[in-house]
Amino acid sequence: MPAPTPLVELRNVSKVYPATVKGAPDVTAIDDVSISIDAGDVYGIIGYSGAGKSTLVRLVNVLERSTAGQILIDGRDVAQLPERELRPVRLGIGMIFQQFNLLNSRTVARNVAYPLEVAGRDKADRTKRVAEMLDFVGLADKAGAYPDQLSGGQKQRVGIARALASSPALLLADEATSALDPETTHEVLELLKRVNREFGVTIIVITHEMDVIQTLATKVAVMDQGRIIERGDVFDVFSNPQQAASARFVSTVVKGLPSQPELDVLRARHTGRIVTLAFRSDTVDQTRVFGELSRDGIAFQVVYGGINEIQGRPFGHLTLALTGDDVTIDAALDRVRALTTVTEVR
Amino acid sequence: MDGLITLLPQLWVAAWETLYIVGLTLLLGGFGGLVVGLGLYLTRAGSILANRAVFGVLNVLVNTIRPIPFIIFLAAVQPLTRAVVGTGIGNNAMIFTIALAAMFAMARIVEQNLLTVTPGVIEAARSVGAGPIRIIFTVLLPEALGPLILGYTFIFVALVDMSAVAGYVGGGGLGAFALLYGWRQFDPVVTWAAVLLIVIFVQVVQFLGNRLARKALRR
Repeated sequence: MPAPTPLVELRNVSKVYPATVKGAPDVTAIDDVSISIDAGDVYGIIGYSGAGKSTLVRLVNVLERSTAGQILIDGRDVAQLPERELRPVRLGIGMIFQQFNLLNSRTVARNVAYPLEVAGRDKADRTKRVAEMLDFVGLADKAGAYPDQLSGGQKQRVGIARALASSPALLLADEATSALDPETTHEVLELLKRVNREFGVTIIVITHEMDVIQTLATKVAVMDQGRIIERGDVFDVFSNPQQAASARFVSTVVKGLPSQPELDVLRARHTGRIVTLAFRSDTVDQTRVFGELSRDGIAFQVVYGGINEIQGRPFGHLTLALTGDDVTIDAALDRVRALTTVTEVR
Repeated sequence: MDGLITLLPQLWVAAWETLYIVGLTLLLGGFGGLVVGLGLYLTRAGSILANRAVFGVLNVLVNTIRPIPFIIFLAAVQPLTRAVVGTGIGNNAMIFTIALAAMFAMARIVEQNLLTVTPGVIEAARSVGAGPIRIIFTVLLPEALGPLILGYTFIFVALVDMSAVAGYVGGGGLGAFALLYGWRQFDPVVTWAAVLLIVIFVQVVQFLGNRLARKALRR
């Protein structure tokens, strides 16, 4: 069976802004990015401010024009479509924003109705769909309220209702929780999960917060200076980041590896040997590792570490202080190396 | 005081003429200002119909015409007024000239009010497939309605000011009345009566403008 067409595919896409000052070099916001997103994915794109994430997501619904490459939505290249032909394409792509971007002159219900008006749906149809959507986001009682009467979390839920009103297959979330407090962030992320599960909407999540990726995404791409420097299943990137920037993001939510100052403290406290072991539920059997260590009477204590869980799969790092003679420890560590990654702390 | 009493019929006629001139110029100049202001807003760099050439022309035009003192503007455009209205004097000539001047003054106010609309809201409208015309009528104008109403209230006062010059070109209104019967006849009471009426007009319009704007802003 041939692989299904990805819902979104970027092929060698670049976006170069001409220099604003004469003589200055052009600014490359997106540098030869290729990415493929399947229907049903929740695809996280993480990076620091200025990495190009917001630009990248705006290339997908062509709010901004790419300067090179192809942007395929459901197999159709939309990168060069004239503005008029883009409008129906955009109706199939919902978008939510960090600042919500609701129309203050309209009630909640009429905000949600907006895309339906653009789509030319009749009044009865609109009213029905608006009621459905407000029900889904739990704001049926706020239909007549104006955006400035709502809290941030409520505004974003209206944003989600509006983005989904025209039943798009794809939702773009541009820092959708960055203006919200942790509690509200959690609520909105749970709502987005439901959007993906119950409606099968594919979601592209742009964020600089790793916990958003951890909660929501199934796949992740790490962006730096307009390029994607690492990508993969969220579990793989979290449990074993390959790039320094990725590792920094991972360390904001995954505590497991001691930092250098913490290592110094450990070193000062323990005179024996200290090793860090990596654990991944699918590849490393903890019982066997500890079995190998204790077999020859090596005493050990866990001095640092943590086991985390992504998508129901645990992983983490444990740092152990070992007591015993060097020869026995070396032999035991050799056997453990066959099971997992061992890093000795000097 | 006796002078004023005998002049009362003329005062009412003059008051009515002022309202007529100001009302019509507000309508014509206000509409023209809205169009030019929208033009400025939409064609500026980064906007939805960004067009350097059009923006440049509009911008220079507005900047050139706006600072010309009205009484000089009146004389300067008289040939154009004659061509369009058929005469260079009288109320209708005045209305054309004031509307023209008001158009450019209002254009800047409209542009500035539209700039208060968050770009993100326009982006949100674009993201659901809305085109420029729809964005103008469903996003830009409704979102900027409160400030726009205040802008039009502000321009009303400027129109009353400009209309007072009508007397110089054979037009009517309270300005002409005050010049003719107050200033030239050395009767300050008559002038004050005209001033009082103008103050009342402005107060009433400002009050209504504030109320409408508050309603639009729901504050």
